Amino acid sequence: MIDVLLITFIITLFYIAIANRMLTYLKVLALQGVLLFVVVFLQLNEINPINLALILLETIVFKSVAVPLFMAYVLKRNHITREAEPFLPNFISLIITTLIVVITILLANNVKDTHLDKIFFVVALSSLFTGLYFIATRRKIITHVIGYLIIENGVFVLSLAVGNEMPMLVNLGIMLDIFASVLILGIFLNKIGDVFKDVDVDQLSSLKDY
Amino acid sequence: MIGIYLIGAFSIALALFLNRNKIITFALLGLFLILQGALTFHAYFNFHATELSYFTYDSLAVLLLFTLGIIAIPAIIHSHIYLEDQPAPPESRAIYYGAIVLLLTAISAAYLANHIAVIWIFTEITTLSASALIYHHRNKLALEGTWKYVFICAISITFVFIGILFLSLSLENAGSDDLSFKNLIANSSRLNPFWLRLSFLFIFTGFTAKLGLVPMFTAGIDAKDKAPAPAGALLSSVLMNMGFIGVFRFYVVIANTPLHHWANLVIGIAAFLSVFIATVYMIKVKNIKRMFAYSSIEHTGLVMLGLAAGGIGYYAAILHIILHAFVKSSMFFQFTQLYRVFQNKSIYHVGNYFKYNTAGAMVLLLGFISVTAMPPSGLFVSEFLIFRSLFEAHQIILLVAVLLLLTMIIYAFGKNILKILFIPAVGFDDSHVPVISPWESATQFILLALAVYLGLNPPAEFVQLIRESVMLLPN
Repeated sequence: MIDVLLITFIITLFYIAIANRMLTYLKVLALQGVLLFVVVFLQLNEINPINLALILLETIVFKSVAVPLFMAYVLKRNHITREAEPFLPNFISLIITTLIVVITILLANNVKDTHLDKIFFVVALSSLFTGLYFIATRRKIITHVIGYLIIENGVFVLSLAVGNEMPMLVNLGIMLDIFASVLILGIFLNKIGDVFKDVDVDQLSSLKDY
Repeated sequence: MIGIYLIGAFSIALALFLNRNKIITFALLGLFLILQGALTFHAYFNFHATELSYFTYDSLAVLLLFTLGIIAIPAIIHSHIYLEDQPAPPESRAIYYGAIVLLLTAISAAYLANHIAVIWIFTEITTLSASALIYHHRNKLALEGTWKYVFICAISITFVFIGILFLSLSLENAGSDDLSFKNLIANSSRLNPFWLRLSFLFIFTGFTAKLGLVPMFTAGIDAKDKAPAPAGALLSSVLMNMGFIGVFRFYVVIANTPLHHWANLVIGIAAFLSVFIATVYMIKVKNIKRMFAYSSIEHTGLVMLGLAAGGIGYYAAILHIILHAFVKSSMFFQFTQLYRVFQNKSIYHVGNYFKYNTAGAMVLLLGFISVTAMPPSGLFVSEFLIFRSLFEAHQIILLVAVLLLLTMIIYAFGKNILKILFIPAVGFDDSHVPVISPWESATQFILLALAVYLGLNPPAEFVQLIRESVMLLPN
């Protein structure tokens, strides 16, 4: 069951590579949040109310509701067009994402470690690299934030793969940190929307050395 | 004490943020400085004590806390002068002071943390508070600088977290999941080398954003340029030291494993590339603040070369990072006065500074001598030791290349500084130049003198603390 969910997660990465509309990205992010919740839920050995509440907060409340809604608000407020406007055609994006996944599978096959669940590792690394690729090839600043969130989801899967329990304090800190950075990024994005005519990366090139 | 400090400092930051009254602001800032001093001396007198299980007062932390405590006082004085000169709305003032207190608190806590995940959390807090400082001016360029800084730091901090996850995978064989540095060093022989390698790559790359090293140095340059100069002084001294402590503490772990040589190679390549890139940009940069920022990149590059070379290089690296913090922050503090005279930060529109502010011009001249490590400067000693360590490590070609690059940096830096000091700016109307009190340069003279004193005639206790910080590293 977990494998099916994780493969669905990889399919969402492919889908994001060919999706054209900004709202689709947000919906996919919300879907990824739900998938992550189910994966964590199935992995739990014992149901501890505090732990469960924390996971719920982190995946469902935060990853699939709060962040997509906040991003939709940012989109609307700044009149960002609905098209994603990638630098490269979607077809090439799809091929590159496929290559990323294939390479991570090959890489994971070379790892000889019994502690590691390979499928988790593959999913984590491929979403990490897809996120980076996404940041590099999209023109809008808001898609950079979406790329960052994809990376964060990958890191979440990786932390499941590691399985090593971090202290509760650290977990809480991590959640707050991610929340704060998304909030700060959103606030500054709004400011950019106010100050610049258009919310594109081309606008951010006036800091120079001479 | 650390608990009291954290609660106290966070509530002071919050109070500063909410408060609009100037007198209360001074009182709160004074209270914070007292608290900071109390923490520093508490750390010194309770050497090696651990508090709240995540904070240890070890020798490196004590050294860097003293550095931070000394730099924090002029930083706050010059922030006050800066905000009086360029009146900001009360909200921006409140945010500025709150963010500075938050930044200093997070950096101090990161120095003391003995657990890599705790350093991680406080590093994130420094990103948030630094972004408020960079955005102080609320204009287009500040916005661009802030956006780039926040974004790159967010990505780097994620990299550090991935590194931490790999590190815990690497620790699985040891049958323990405690990621404190003490436990990691104790189990260093049982760490899985494959995961340790990956972990080092990610953690090192992540911390370079704060440390100012290739590959993530770019955001820091924009940040130091757009932040008000007193905040820029903190960003290019104590914040860089925090990046250093993040890399250094993990380096101590990896140095006790068979991967020591490999880690040296990684650090050495990044360090050499940093010196190289700093040279390239120093030659063409025309913005004075960016020039100072690139010079910081060069110095961290040298520090990391010392670390990679080993031997006496370890000692020199720690000495260099402390002295550099004093010298570079004094240059940034001087910049606020320079800007008041010329209202410009381009080298083309600045010149003949001796005529308008003699004391300040002396600071720039002495700062230039210090930062390029000419003999009376303390940095001369540490740089000389770094070169000696490279020589002893039989890296002659690297040494020659670095020396050539440094010569070019001294040429570029000297050309610009001498232009600022002696050659009149074309078309500069000096009828409205404000008179600047020489007392404003006093703090910078003290910092520069301190760097000379600590470099040339270090007190025995200071040497002992540095030796103890590098004790765990193999020779």
